[in-house]
Amino acid sequence: MFTIFKKEIRSFLSSLIAYMTIAVFLLVTGLFTWIFKETSVPASGYANLDPLFALAPWIFIFLVSAITMRSFSEEKKAGTIETLTTKAVSDLGIILAKYLANLTLVVFAILPTLIYYYSVNKLAINPEETGIDRGATLGSYIGLVLLGAVYVAIGTFASAVSENQIVSFLLSMFLCFIFFIAFDFFSEIPLIKSTELTTEWLGINFHYRSISKGILDTRDIVYFLSLSTLFLGLTKFVFSSRKW
Amino acid sequence: MSIQVNNLSKNYGTQKAIDSINFEIPAGQIVGFLGPNGAGKSTTMKILTGFIPPSSGSASICGIDVEENPLKTKGLIGYLPEHNPLYLDMYVKEYLNFMAEIQGVKKIKQRTSEIIEITGLQLEKRKKIGQLSKGYRQRVGLAQALIHDPQVLILDEPTSGFDPNQLSDIRELIKKIGKEKTVLLSTHIMQEVEAICERVIVIDLGKIVADAKTTEIGQSNSKEIVIHVEFSENINPNAMKEYAEIISFEPNENSKKFKVKTANSTACKIALNKIAANHNAYILEQNEEKQSLEQIFKSLTHHVHHI
Repeated sequence: MFTIFKKEIRSFLSSLIAYMTIAVFLLVTGLFTWIFKETSVPASGYANLDPLFALAPWIFIFLVSAITMRSFSEEKKAGTIETLTTKAVSDLGIILAKYLANLTLVVFAILPTLIYYYSVNKLAINPEETGIDRGATLGSYIGLVLLGAVYVAIGTFASAVSENQIVSFLLSMFLCFIFFIAFDFFSEIPLIKSTELTTEWLGINFHYRSISKGILDTRDIVYFLSLSTLFLGLTKFVFSSRKW
Repeated sequence: MSIQVNNLSKNYGTQKAIDSINFEIPAGQIVGFLGPNGAGKSTTMKILTGFIPPSSGSASICGIDVEENPLKTKGLIGYLPEHNPLYLDMYVKEYLNFMAEIQGVKKIKQRTSEIIEITGLQLEKRKKIGQLSKGYRQRVGLAQALIHDPQVLILDEPTSGFDPNQLSDIRELIKKIGKEKTVLLSTHIMQEVEAICERVIVIDLGKIVADAKTTEIGQSNSKEIVIHVEFSENINPNAMKEYAEIISFEPNENSKKFKVKTANSTACKIALNKIAANHNAYILEQNEEKQSLEQIFKSLTHHVHHI
């Protein structure tokens, strides 16, 4: 399993995927956090990274889907999946290796934004007292990684569904969008408004915001982990379906 | 038994890709798996390698069931799938290292350079697989199948895309491997089976229609044996009629050469010797005509094709 993980990482690095993903993510979040006047931290006057954390889930919808779309689609199309699955590795091992490799890339895209954290803190008049809210920021980072973990699981699943990368990409974006924000909108439909909290609770955004406050509620963490597991389970189901 | 298949069936919807087939292959045999397109060769191989499960029946490799313990049987098999899928953006050496590691080879670097030498990839080892010609890609495919020194080798059309020189190289290689390992290879090319396989299994429409030694398969299917004989002297054709073993005969060109049909080749040959002695002649040449594998293949798998 670790062998496949290494191979996946190497193929990210030897193609443009890794560099493009990280560059695009940093460029867009950088522009919104530092340059664009409406959203930038310097213009707002508050020592926080809210623009970054508000924007990242949206950029990830595109970027994560772009990273994961090739995972299984490419191998199915090229037929290499047959070579891989007839080796002494389990289906679950293959899925987890690909999942973790994709997730690693996402984490590496997030890591450089720690510079933003350092910069914002430095910009505060008195970093010790009026500096950045450490707890909330840490929570936000944890939330972002967990959100990434769910997106990657969704993307990996979408990739296993089709051998066409475009179909996988679109399906992944659609599912990420639905799970991230659509439940917020559903909860405003009058018919189901009475159960507003429950409906909203199904969406990623609810838990993401909750963790962003800096409160590490186990319910939120369990939510993220179970949603990831659910999609990995579905991936296993679809992937092994060649067995019927 | 290296490979054992019991009542194996595979249905795709209502279509039966293979229909309760049975065969056993002992260790150290090279077996050719013959059949027209869509006969079920690849399906059988895919089941043996654990890529797809059977609809019913069972298959085992070295006594281990492929469904019960897939990881173990997969480790025992070296498999070259049809169309030879490869990661085109990987380097030859990188790819073989990867395959060695995934199959749990201990001394990876040593084994990789060994296999590169065996398959004749020395000059290409630093190239990307995508840059290689079809023949060299096929060698890479073969190399990854051999990398972990498997007990059983399953090769789905291993010699497609080779030029005649490479073809004989690869056949030699397969023969060499077959001395110690069990090899099951599928092909459409009859000469190939005759050249390297000890045994042929012919499959058609999902059923086994013949299973015999390559040298015997010709005889078992023809009721009449044809012998071409050339005498040193002219022979009176009427002398042939005296022997019951000779069903029919016809002179070729002159009365020295004959084409003789018989049901019992030994008795017929003795009769021919007697005839020669009676005429004070010698037998210069005597050939038993064997039905070519190609003809057998055609007669076994001849059926109406719906287009």
